[in-house]
Amino acid sequence: MLKLPIYLDNNATTPMDPRVLEAMIPYFTEHFGNAASRNHPFGWEAEEAVDYAREQVAKLVGADPKEIIFTSGATEGDNLAIKGVFEMYASKGNHIITANTEHKAVLDTCKHIEKLGGEVTYLQVKDNGLVDLAELEAAIKPTTILISIMYANNEIGVVQPVKEISNIAKKNGVLFFTDATQAVGKIPVDVQKDGIDIMAFTGHKMYGPKGVGALYVRRKNPRVKVTAQMDGGGHERGMRSGTLNVPGIVGFGKACELCRLDMEEDTKRIKALRDKLETALLQIEESYLNGDKEHRLPHVSNISFKYVEGEGLMMGFNKNIAVSSGSACTSASLEPSYVLKALGLGDDLAHSSLRFGLGRFTTEEQIDYTIKHVTDTVNKLRDMSPLWEMYKEGIDMNSIEWAHH
Amino acid sequence: MAYSEKVIDHYTNPKNVGTLDKSSKNVGTGLVGAPECGDVMRLQIEVDEATGVIKDAKFKTFGCGSAIASSSLATEWLKGKSVDDALKIDNMEIVEELNLPPVKIHCSVLAEDAIKAAINDYRQKQGLEALVFEERIH
Repeated sequence: MLKLPIYLDNNATTPMDPRVLEAMIPYFTEHFGNAASRNHPFGWEAEEAVDYAREQVAKLVGADPKEIIFTSGATEGDNLAIKGVFEMYASKGNHIITANTEHKAVLDTCKHIEKLGGEVTYLQVKDNGLVDLAELEAAIKPTTILISIMYANNEIGVVQPVKEISNIAKKNGVLFFTDATQAVGKIPVDVQKDGIDIMAFTGHKMYGPKGVGALYVRRKNPRVKVTAQMDGGGHERGMRSGTLNVPGIVGFGKACELCRLDMEEDTKRIKALRDKLETALLQIEESYLNGDKEHRLPHVSNISFKYVEGEGLMMGFNKNIAVSSGSACTSASLEPSYVLKALGLGDDLAHSSLRFGLGRFTTEEQIDYTIKHVTDTVNKLRDMSPLWEMYKEGIDMNSIEWAHH
Repeated sequence: MAYSEKVIDHYTNPKNVGTLDKSSKNVGTGLVGAPECGDVMRLQIEVDEATGVIKDAKFKTFGCGSAIASSSLATEWLKGKSVDDALKIDNMEIVEELNLPPVKIHCSVLAEDAIKAAINDYRQKQGLEALVFEERIH
Protein backbone atom coordinates (compact mmCIF):
# COMPACT_ATOMS: atom_id res chain seq x y z
CA MET A 1 0.00 0.00 0.00
CA LEU A 2 1.28 3.41 -0.94
CA LYS A 3 1.71 5.57 2.11
CA LEU A 4 1.28 9.32 1.71
CA PRO A 5 2.86 11.84 1.83
CA ILE A 6 5.83 10.86 -0.32
CA TYR A 7 9.20 12.40 0.55
CA LEU A 8 11.20 13.55 -2.48
CA ASP A 9 13.21 16.33 -0.85
CA ASN A 10 16.26 14.31 0.15
CA ASN A 11 18.63 17.15 -0.74
CA ALA A 12 17.12 19.17 2.08
CA THR A 13 17.51 16.39 4.60
CA THR A 14 17.20 12.63 4.72
CA PRO A 15 15.22 10.50 7.14
CA MET A 16 17.47 8.79 9.66
CA ASP A 17 18.11 5.13 9.00
CA PRO A 18 16.65 3.04 11.86
CA ARG A 19 20.01 1.26 12.14
CA VAL A 20 21.59 4.62 12.92
CA LEU A 21 19.11 5.36 15.65
CA GLU A 22 19.71 1.95 17.17
CA ALA A 23 23.44 2.64 17.37
CA MET A 24 22.85 6.03 19.01
CA ILE A 25 20.38 5.16 21.75
CA PRO A 26 22.80 3.75 24.37
CA TYR A 27 24.87 6.92 24.18
CA PHE A 28 22.07 9.11 25.48
CA THR A 29 21.40 7.35 28.75
CA GLU A 30 23.71 4.45 29.44
CA HIS A 31 27.03 5.68 28.02
CA PHE A 32 26.51 9.36 28.58
CA GLY A 33 30.08 10.26 29.47
CA ASN A 34 32.05 13.24 28.25
CA ALA A 35 34.64 12.07 25.73
CA ALA A 36 37.08 14.53 27.28
CA SER A 37 36.85 12.97 30.76
CA ARG A 38 40.14 11.13 30.79
CA ASN A 39 40.03 9.69 34.28
CA HIS A 40 37.05 7.36 34.55
CA PRO A 41 35.23 4.65 32.62
CA PHE A 42 32.34 6.96 31.63
CA GLY A 43 34.74 9.17 29.73
CA TRP A 44 36.70 6.23 28.33
CA GLU A 45 33.54 4.66 26.89
CA ALA A 46 32.55 7.89 25.25
CA GLU A 47 36.01 8.46 23.85
CA GLU A 48 36.13 4.94 22.50
CA ALA A 49 32.80 5.43 20.75
CA VAL A 50 33.98 8.71 19.23
CA ASP A 51 37.23 7.12 18.06
CA TYR A 52 35.31 4.31 16.42
CA ALA A 53 32.96 6.76 14.69
CA ARG A 54 35.96 8.80 13.54
CA GLU A 55 37.28 5.70 11.83
CA GLN A 56 33.92 5.01 10.19
CA VAL A 57 33.71 8.58 8.91
CA ALA A 58 37.34 8.61 7.73
CA LYS A 59 36.96 5.32 5.89
CA LEU A 60 34.02 6.57 3.82
CA VAL A 61 36.11 9.40 2.36
CA GLY A 62 39.54 7.74 2.27
CA ALA A 63 40.97 9.87 5.08
CA ASP A 64 43.04 9.15 8.15
CA PRO A 65 40.89 9.30 11.32
CA LYS A 66 43.20 11.99 12.70
CA GLU A 67 42.16 14.22 9.80
CA ILE A 68 38.49 14.27 10.85
CA ILE A 69 37.28 17.23 12.94
CA PHE A 70 33.75 16.83 14.24
CA THR A 71 31.51 19.85 13.82
CA SER A 72 27.84 20.69 14.21
CA GLY A 73 27.26 20.35 10.47
CA ALA A 74 28.28 21.60 7.06
CA THR A 75 27.50 25.26 7.70
CA GLU A 76 29.95 25.24 10.59
CA GLY A 77 32.42 23.29 8.45
CA ASP A 78 32.20 25.87 5.65
CA ASN A 79 32.72 28.71 8.12
CA LEU A 80 35.61 27.01 9.88
CA ALA A 81 37.35 26.10 6.63
CA ILE A 82 37.12 29.49 4.94
CA LYS A 83 37.55 31.76 7.94
CA GLY A 84 40.10 29.40 9.44
CA VAL A 85 42.27 29.38 6.32
CA PHE A 86 41.90 33.12 5.89
CA GLU A 87 43.26 33.67 9.40
CA MET A 88 45.87 30.93 9.39
CA TYR A 89 47.39 31.86 6.03
CA ALA A 90 47.06 35.63 6.33
CA SER A 91 50.82 36.09 5.89
CA LYS A 92 50.66 34.28 2.56
CA GLY A 93 47.78 36.19 1.03
CA ASN A 94 44.13 37.23 1.30
CA HIS A 95 42.52 36.11 -1.95
CA ILE A 96 39.88 33.37 -2.19
CA ILE A 97 38.29 31.97 -5.33
CA THR A 98 34.78 30.51 -5.27
CA ALA A 99 31.80 30.17 -7.63
CA ASN A 100 28.44 31.91 -7.77
CA THR A 101 26.44 28.70 -7.39
CA GLU A 102 27.92 27.77 -4.02
CA HIS A 103 25.71 27.25 -0.99
CA LYS A 104 24.90 30.36 1.05
CA ALA A 105 27.07 29.03 3.87
CA VAL A 106 30.06 29.50 1.56
CA LEU A 107 28.91 32.68 -0.22
CA ASP A 108 27.95 34.51 2.95
CA THR A 109 31.17 33.43 4.65
CA CYS A 110 33.07 34.85 1.68
CA LYS A 111 31.13 38.11 2.00
CA HIS A 112 32.21 38.20 5.64
CA ILE A 113 35.82 37.66 4.54
CA GLU A 114 35.50 40.66 2.21
CA LYS A 115 34.38 42.78 5.13
CA LEU A 116 37.48 41.69 6.98
CA GLY A 117 39.62 42.99 4.14
CA GLY A 118 39.91 39.81 2.11
CA GLU A 119 39.45 39.64 -1.63
CA VAL A 120 37.07 37.13 -3.18
CA THR A 121 36.60 36.15 -6.83
CA TYR A 122 33.19 34.69 -7.62
CA LEU A 123 33.47 32.62 -10.79
CA GLN A 124 30.48 32.48 -13.12
CA VAL A 125 29.62 28.86 -13.88
CA LYS A 126 28.90 27.68 -17.41
CA ASP A 127 25.32 27.10 -18.58
CA ASN A 128 25.55 23.47 -17.45
CA GLY A 129 26.43 24.58 -13.93
CA LEU A 130 30.08 23.52 -14.07
CA VAL A 131 33.08 25.68 -13.32
CA ASP A 132 35.20 26.75 -16.29
CA LEU A 133 38.66 25.39 -15.46
CA ALA A 134 40.51 27.88 -17.64
CA GLU A 135 38.71 30.73 -15.91
CA LEU A 136 39.53 29.24 -12.54
CA GLU A 137 43.21 29.01 -13.32
CA ALA A 138 43.25 32.51 -14.77
CA ALA A 139 41.76 33.86 -11.54
CA ILE A 140 44.69 32.66 -9.43
CA LYS A 141 47.06 35.41 -8.28
CA PRO A 142 50.14 35.48 -6.09
CA THR A 143 47.90 36.38 -3.12
CA THR A 144 45.47 33.47 -3.64
CA ILE A 145 45.32 31.18 -0.63
CA LEU A 146 42.18 29.14 -1.19
CA ILE A 147 39.92 27.72 -3.88
CA SER A 148 36.47 26.88 -2.50
CA ILE A 149 34.33 24.92 -4.96
CA MET A 150 31.54 22.60 -3.91
CA TYR A 151 31.66 18.92 -4.83
CA ALA A 152 28.03 18.70 -5.96
CA ASN A 153 25.36 21.35 -6.14
CA ASN A 154 22.37 21.20 -3.80
CA GLU A 155 19.80 22.54 -6.26
CA ILE A 156 20.70 20.95 -9.57
CA GLY A 157 23.01 18.13 -8.44
CA VAL A 158 25.83 18.82 -10.90
CA VAL A 159 29.17 17.36 -9.84
CA GLN A 160 32.15 19.66 -10.33
CA PRO A 161 35.42 18.42 -11.88
CA VAL A 162 36.98 18.12 -8.45
CA LYS A 163 40.11 16.25 -9.51
CA GLU A 164 40.94 18.81 -12.18
CA ILE A 165 40.30 21.65 -9.75
CA SER A 166 42.60 20.12 -7.14
CA ASN A 167 45.32 19.68 -9.76
CA ILE A 168 45.11 23.35 -10.62
CA ALA A 169 45.23 24.24 -6.92
CA LYS A 170 48.23 22.02 -6.31
CA LYS A 171 50.12 23.30 -9.33
CA ASN A 172 49.71 26.85 -8.07
CA GLY A 173 50.39 26.14 -4.40
CA VAL A 174 46.83 27.04 -3.36
CA LEU A 175 44.70 25.09 -0.89
CA PHE A 176 41.52 23.44 -2.14
CA PHE A 177 38.41 23.30 0.04
CA THR A 178 35.22 21.60 -1.07
CA ASP A 179 31.75 21.65 0.45
CA ALA A 180 30.83 18.01 -0.20
CA THR A 181 27.55 18.01 1.72
CA GLN A 182 25.49 16.64 -1.17
CA ALA A 183 28.12 14.23 -2.47
CA VAL A 184 29.52 12.30 0.49
CA GLY A 185 27.62 9.08 1.00
CA LYS A 186 25.94 9.34 -2.40
CA ILE A 187 28.87 8.99 -4.81
CA PRO A 188 32.45 7.81 -4.19
CA VAL A 189 34.42 10.64 -2.61
CA ASP A 190 38.09 10.02 -1.84
CA VAL A 191 40.17 12.84 -0.44
CA GLN A 192 43.40 11.21 -1.67
CA LYS A 193 42.31 10.44 -5.22
CA ASP A 194 40.43 13.73 -5.47
CA GLY A 195 43.33 15.74 -4.04
CA ILE A 196 41.16 17.54 -1.49
CA ASP A 197 42.85 19.58 1.27
CA ILE A 198 39.76 20.47 3.32
CA MET A 199 36.23 19.14 3.01
CA ALA A 200 32.97 19.78 4.84
CA PHE A 201 30.10 17.31 5.08
CA THR A 202 27.21 16.50 7.37
CA GLY A 203 25.26 13.62 8.85
CA HIS A 204 21.68 14.52 8.09
CA LYS A 205 22.07 14.41 4.30
CA MET A 206 23.16 10.77 4.49
CA TYR A 207 20.59 9.15 6.77
CA GLY A 208 22.38 10.24 9.93
CA PRO A 209 21.29 12.66 12.66
CA LYS A 210 21.04 16.44 12.33
CA GLY A 211 23.46 18.69 14.17
CA VAL A 212 26.62 16.71 13.51
CA GLY A 213 29.10 16.90 10.68
CA ALA A 214 32.79 16.76 9.94
CA LEU A 215 35.56 18.83 8.48
CA TYR A 216 38.34 16.88 6.84
CA VAL A 217 41.63 18.70 7.29
CA ARG A 218 44.65 17.20 5.48
CA ARG A 219 47.67 16.33 7.65
CA LYS A 220 50.21 15.37 5.00
CA ASN A 221 51.29 16.83 1.63
CA PRO A 222 50.58 19.51 2.62
CA ARG A 223 49.90 19.70 6.33
CA VAL A 224 46.92 22.03 6.58
CA LYS A 225 45.80 23.99 9.59
CA VAL A 226 42.79 26.17 10.18
CA THR A 227 42.45 28.74 12.94
CA ALA A 228 39.74 27.74 15.39
CA GLN A 229 36.58 29.82 15.20
CA MET A 230 35.32 28.54 18.54
CA ASP A 231 37.60 29.03 21.50
CA GLY A 232 37.53 26.80 24.55
CA GLY A 233 38.84 23.48 25.73
CA GLY A 234 40.94 22.80 22.66
CA HIS A 235 39.01 19.76 21.47
CA GLU A 236 39.50 18.29 18.00
CA ARG A 237 43.22 19.04 17.76
CA GLY A 238 42.57 22.60 18.84
CA MET A 239 40.53 23.39 15.75
CA ARG A 240 37.06 23.08 17.25
CA SER A 241 36.40 23.44 20.94
CA GLY A 242 33.22 22.21 22.52
CA THR A 243 32.12 19.01 24.24
CA LEU A 244 31.67 16.35 21.63
CA ASN A 245 28.12 15.37 20.69
CA VAL A 246 28.78 11.70 21.41
CA PRO A 247 25.40 10.18 20.40
CA GLY A 248 25.34 12.35 17.28
CA ILE A 249 28.87 11.36 16.38
CA VAL A 250 28.10 7.68 16.94
CA GLY A 251 25.09 8.01 14.62
CA PHE A 252 27.08 9.92 12.03
CA GLY A 253 29.73 7.20 12.09
CA LYS A 254 27.13 4.49 11.64
CA ALA A 255 25.51 6.44 8.79
CA CYS A 256 28.90 6.71 7.06
CA GLU A 257 29.48 3.00 7.43
CA LEU A 258 26.07 2.17 5.97
CA CYS A 259 26.63 4.52 3.04
CA ARG A 260 29.99 2.91 2.34
CA LEU A 261 28.55 -0.60 2.40
CA ASP A 262 25.28 0.14 0.59
CA MET A 263 26.37 2.84 -1.84
CA GLU A 264 26.80 0.72 -4.92
CA GLU A 265 23.48 -1.02 -4.64
CA ASP A 266 21.57 2.03 -3.39
CA THR A 267 22.92 4.16 -6.22
CA LYS A 268 21.98 1.65 -8.89
CA ARG A 269 18.43 1.40 -7.62
CA ILE A 270 17.91 5.10 -6.94
CA LYS A 271 19.39 6.18 -10.25
CA ALA A 272 17.04 3.84 -12.14
CA LEU A 273 14.08 5.43 -10.33
CA ARG A 274 15.40 8.95 -10.93
CA ASP A 275 15.84 8.21 -14.62
CA LYS A 276 12.34 6.80 -14.84
CA LEU A 277 10.89 9.91 -13.21
CA GLU A 278 12.98 12.27 -15.29
CA THR A 279 12.26 10.57 -18.61
CA ALA A 280 8.54 10.65 -17.94
CA LEU A 281 8.47 14.29 -16.83
CA LEU A 282 10.63 15.48 -19.70
CA GLN A 283 8.03 14.07 -22.05
CA ILE A 284 5.75 16.87 -20.95
CA GLU A 285 5.83 19.56 -23.61
CA GLU A 286 8.11 22.54 -22.83
CA SER A 287 9.81 20.95 -19.86
CA TYR A 288 13.56 21.31 -19.44
CA LEU A 289 16.24 19.64 -17.37
CA ASN A 290 18.42 22.11 -15.44
CA GLY A 291 22.15 21.46 -15.12
CA ASP A 292 24.55 19.10 -16.83
CA LYS A 293 22.94 15.73 -17.61
CA GLU A 294 26.14 13.68 -17.37
CA HIS A 295 28.11 15.14 -14.48
CA ARG A 296 25.37 14.83 -11.95
CA LEU A 297 24.38 13.14 -8.71
CA PRO A 298 22.34 9.98 -9.30
CA HIS A 299 19.41 10.93 -7.11
CA VAL A 300 18.52 14.49 -8.13
CA SER A 301 16.54 15.95 -10.97
CA ASN A 302 15.76 19.64 -11.41
CA ILE A 303 13.17 20.35 -14.07
CA SER A 304 11.49 23.54 -15.29
CA PHE A 305 7.93 23.31 -16.54
CA LYS A 306 7.60 26.39 -18.67
CA TYR A 307 4.49 28.60 -18.30
CA VAL A 308 3.56 27.32 -14.83
CA GLU A 309 4.87 28.79 -11.60
CA GLY A 310 6.68 26.48 -9.20
CA GLU A 311 4.84 27.26 -6.00
CA GLY A 312 1.48 27.13 -7.72
CA LEU A 313 2.53 23.81 -9.16
CA MET A 314 3.60 22.37 -5.82
CA MET A 315 0.33 23.42 -4.27
CA GLY A 316 -1.39 20.95 -6.58
CA PHE A 317 0.22 17.99 -4.86
CA ASN A 318 2.25 19.10 -1.87
CA LYS A 319 -0.11 17.51 0.59
CA ASN A 320 0.98 14.20 -0.88
CA ILE A 321 4.37 14.80 -2.49
CA ALA A 322 7.20 16.80 -0.89
CA VAL A 323 9.56 18.45 -3.36
CA SER A 324 11.11 21.90 -3.51
CA SER A 325 11.08 24.72 -6.03
CA GLY A 326 13.43 27.44 -7.24
CA SER A 327 10.45 29.73 -7.42
CA ALA A 328 10.64 33.07 -5.70
CA CYS A 329 7.40 32.52 -3.90
CA THR A 330 8.91 29.81 -1.75
CA SER A 331 11.43 32.21 -0.29
CA ALA A 332 10.93 35.33 1.75
CA SER A 333 12.98 37.41 -0.67
CA LEU A 334 10.65 36.93 -3.67
CA GLU A 335 13.77 36.37 -5.76
CA PRO A 336 13.99 33.14 -7.73
CA SER A 337 16.88 30.74 -7.21
CA TYR A 338 20.28 32.36 -7.74
CA VAL A 339 21.68 28.98 -8.76
CA LEU A 340 19.23 28.60 -11.64
CA LYS A 341 19.78 32.22 -12.67
CA ALA A 342 23.53 31.56 -12.70
CA LEU A 343 22.93 28.91 -15.36
CA GLY A 344 21.62 31.68 -17.58
CA LEU A 345 18.00 30.62 -17.12
CA GLY A 346 15.53 33.45 -17.47
CA ASP A 347 13.62 34.35 -14.33
CA ASP A 348 10.53 32.80 -15.88
CA LEU A 349 12.18 29.37 -16.12
CA ALA A 350 13.69 29.72 -12.67
CA HIS A 351 10.21 30.40 -11.31
CA SER A 352 8.95 27.25 -13.02
CA SER A 353 11.39 24.75 -11.56
CA LEU A 354 10.98 21.78 -9.26
CA ARG A 355 13.72 19.79 -7.57
CA PHE A 356 13.11 16.09 -7.05
CA GLY A 357 15.48 14.48 -4.54
CA LEU A 358 15.21 10.72 -4.25
CA GLY A 359 16.69 8.63 -1.48
CA ARG A 360 17.33 5.27 0.11
CA PHE A 361 13.69 4.81 1.01
CA THR A 362 12.12 5.91 -2.30
CA THR A 363 10.05 3.21 -3.98
CA GLU A 364 8.92 2.66 -7.55
CA GLU A 365 5.30 2.97 -6.48
CA GLN A 366 6.07 6.45 -5.14
CA ILE A 367 7.72 7.44 -8.41
CA ASP A 368 4.75 6.23 -10.44
CA TYR A 369 2.40 8.23 -8.23
CA THR A 370 4.62 11.31 -8.58
CA ILE A 371 4.81 11.08 -12.37
CA LYS A 372 1.04 10.94 -12.61
CA HIS A 373 0.26 13.74 -10.18
CA VAL A 374 2.94 16.15 -11.33
CA THR A 375 1.93 15.65 -14.96
CA ASP A 376 -1.76 16.17 -14.16
CA THR A 377 -1.05 19.33 -12.19
CA VAL A 378 1.19 20.81 -14.90
CA ASN A 379 -1.61 20.23 -17.42
CA LYS A 380 -4.25 21.66 -15.12
CA LEU A 381 -2.24 24.81 -14.41
CA ARG A 382 -1.38 25.31 -18.05
CA ASP A 383 -5.07 25.34 -18.85
CA MET A 384 -5.21 28.20 -16.37
CA SER A 385 -2.06 29.98 -17.57
CA PRO A 386 -2.31 33.04 -19.83
CA LEU A 387 1.30 32.44 -20.86
CA TRP A 388 0.55 28.93 -22.04
CA GLU A 389 -2.35 30.28 -24.09
CA MET A 390 -0.08 32.89 -25.68
CA TYR A 391 2.56 30.27 -26.37
CA LYS A 392 -0.05 28.06 -28.06
CA GLU A 393 -1.24 31.01 -30.14
CA GLY A 394 2.32 31.67 -31.23
CA ILE A 395 2.56 35.07 -29.51
CA ASP A 396 6.12 36.23 -28.87
CA MET A 397 6.17 36.93 -25.16
CA ASN A 398 9.16 39.22 -25.50
CA SER A 399 7.03 41.51 -27.68
CA ILE A 400 4.69 42.25 -24.78
CA GLU A 401 5.36 45.20 -22.53
CA TRP A 402 5.09 43.60 -19.13
CA ALA A 403 4.27 45.74 -16.16
CA HIS A 404 7.16 44.89 -13.86
CA HIS A 405 6.38 45.27 -10.23
CA MET B 1 3.57 28.00 4.86
CA ALA B 2 0.05 26.70 5.20
CA TYR B 3 -2.63 28.09 2.93
CA SER B 4 -6.03 29.16 4.16
CA GLU B 5 -8.93 26.88 3.30
CA LYS B 6 -10.38 29.52 1.01
CA VAL B 7 -7.16 29.76 -0.98
CA ILE B 8 -7.06 26.00 -1.31
CA ASP B 9 -10.68 25.92 -2.39
CA HIS B 10 -10.20 28.53 -5.13
CA TYR B 11 -7.01 26.79 -6.25
CA THR B 12 -8.66 23.38 -6.39
CA ASN B 13 -11.92 24.58 -7.93
CA PRO B 14 -11.12 27.86 -9.60
CA LYS B 15 -14.11 29.88 -10.69
CA ASN B 16 -14.38 31.41 -14.15
CA VAL B 17 -11.19 30.18 -15.78
CA GLY B 18 -11.25 31.01 -19.44
CA THR B 19 -11.04 33.49 -22.25
CA LEU B 20 -13.48 36.06 -23.59
CA ASP B 21 -13.26 37.54 -27.09
CA LYS B 22 -10.83 40.38 -26.51
CA SER B 23 -11.67 42.02 -29.83
CA SER B 24 -15.30 42.46 -28.80
CA LYS B 25 -16.27 46.07 -28.05
CA ASN B 26 -17.94 45.23 -24.75
CA VAL B 27 -15.07 43.11 -23.42
CA GLY B 28 -12.30 44.68 -21.37
CA THR B 29 -9.01 42.85 -20.87
CA GLY B 30 -6.41 43.53 -18.19
CA LEU B 31 -3.03 41.82 -18.35
CA VAL B 32 -0.79 42.60 -15.40
CA GLY B 33 2.40 41.28 -13.84
CA ALA B 34 5.41 39.83 -15.64
CA PRO B 35 6.75 36.32 -16.20
CA GLU B 36 10.08 37.26 -14.59
CA CYS B 37 8.25 38.22 -11.42
CA GLY B 38 6.50 34.89 -11.27
CA ASP B 39 2.98 36.34 -11.59
CA VAL B 40 0.94 37.15 -14.66
CA MET B 41 -2.80 37.73 -14.39
CA ARG B 42 -5.22 38.21 -17.22
CA LEU B 43 -8.67 39.28 -16.20
CA GLN B 44 -11.52 39.95 -18.61
CA ILE B 45 -14.96 41.47 -18.15
CA GLU B 46 -17.94 41.42 -20.47
CA VAL B 47 -20.19 44.40 -19.91
CA ASP B 48 -23.85 44.88 -20.77
CA GLU B 49 -23.49 48.13 -22.66
CA ALA B 50 -27.06 49.23 -21.92
CA THR B 51 -26.89 48.82 -18.14
CA GLY B 52 -23.17 49.06 -17.46
CA VAL B 53 -23.33 45.81 -15.49
CA ILE B 54 -20.62 43.18 -15.78
CA LYS B 55 -22.31 40.09 -17.24
CA ASP B 56 -19.35 37.79 -17.24
CA ALA B 57 -15.77 37.70 -16.01
CA LYS B 58 -12.95 35.27 -16.81
CA PHE B 59 -9.35 34.90 -15.76
CA LYS B 60 -6.16 33.04 -16.48
CA THR B 61 -3.25 33.31 -14.07
CA PHE B 62 0.37 32.20 -14.04
CA GLY B 63 1.46 32.32 -10.43
CA CYS B 64 1.31 30.83 -6.98
CA GLY B 65 -1.82 29.50 -5.31
CA SER B 66 -2.59 32.87 -3.73
CA ALA B 67 -2.40 34.61 -7.10
CA ILE B 68 -4.73 32.05 -8.63
CA ALA B 69 -7.14 32.35 -5.71
CA SER B 70 -7.07 36.17 -5.79
CA SER B 71 -8.00 36.27 -9.45
CA SER B 72 -10.63 33.56 -9.09
CA LEU B 73 -12.24 35.49 -6.23
CA ALA B 74 -12.04 38.75 -8.20
CA THR B 75 -14.00 37.28 -11.12
CA GLU B 76 -16.68 36.05 -8.71
CA TRP B 77 -17.03 39.48 -7.18
CA LEU B 78 -17.09 41.21 -10.55
CA LYS B 79 -20.01 39.32 -12.00
CA GLY B 80 -23.24 41.26 -11.53
CA LYS B 81 -21.49 44.43 -10.38
CA SER B 82 -21.69 47.69 -12.26
CA VAL B 83 -18.42 48.92 -13.70
CA ASP B 84 -18.48 51.81 -11.24
CA ASP B 85 -18.90 49.47 -8.29
CA ALA B 86 -16.18 47.20 -9.62
CA LEU B 87 -13.75 50.10 -9.40
CA LYS B 88 -14.34 50.20 -5.68
CA ILE B 89 -12.94 46.70 -5.06
CA ASP B 90 -9.95 47.16 -2.80
CA ASN B 91 -7.12 44.68 -2.57
CA MET B 92 -7.43 44.55 1.23
CA GLU B 93 -10.91 43.05 0.86
CA ILE B 94 -9.29 40.21 -1.08
CA VAL B 95 -6.62 39.85 1.59
CA GLU B 96 -9.28 39.58 4.28
CA GLU B 97 -11.53 37.21 2.38
CA LEU B 98 -8.67 34.82 1.57
CA ASN B 99 -6.66 35.31 4.77
CA LEU B 100 -3.54 36.08 2.78
CA PRO B 101 -0.32 36.36 4.79
CA PRO B 102 1.79 39.55 4.40
CA VAL B 103 4.14 38.01 1.81
CA LYS B 104 1.15 37.32 -0.42
CA ILE B 105 -0.43 40.76 -0.31
CA HIS B 106 1.14 41.53 -3.67
CA CYS B 107 -1.12 38.86 -5.19
CA SER B 108 -4.19 40.83 -4.11
CA VAL B 109 -2.69 44.07 -5.39
CA LEU B 110 -2.15 42.40 -8.72
CA ALA B 111 -5.81 41.33 -8.81
CA GLU B 112 -6.95 44.88 -8.08
CA ASP B 113 -4.62 46.17 -10.81
CA ALA B 114 -6.04 43.60 -13.22
CA ILE B 115 -9.60 44.75 -12.50
CA LYS B 116 -8.67 48.37 -13.13
CA ALA B 117 -6.73 47.51 -16.27
CA ALA B 118 -9.71 45.56 -17.62
CA ILE B 119 -12.08 48.43 -16.87
CA ASN B 120 -9.78 50.93 -18.57
CA ASP B 121 -9.53 48.71 -21.61
CA TYR B 122 -13.33 48.57 -21.73
CA ARG B 123 -13.62 52.34 -21.28
CA GLN B 124 -11.24 53.06 -24.11
CA LYS B 125 -13.14 50.73 -26.41
CA GLN B 126 -16.27 52.70 -25.52
CA GLY B 127 -14.55 55.95 -26.45
CA LEU B 128 -14.08 57.03 -22.83
CA GLU B 129 -10.81 58.20 -21.45
CA ALA B 130 -8.73 55.88 -19.29
CA LEU B 131 -8.89 56.52 -15.57
CA VAL B 132 -5.65 57.38 -13.85
CA PHE B 133 -4.95 55.42 -10.70
CA GLU B 134 -2.50 56.17 -7.97
CA GLU B 135 0.87 54.51 -8.53
CA ARG B 136 1.43 51.90 -5.90
CA ILE B 137 4.51 50.19 -4.87
CA HIS B 138 4.25 46.45 -4.61
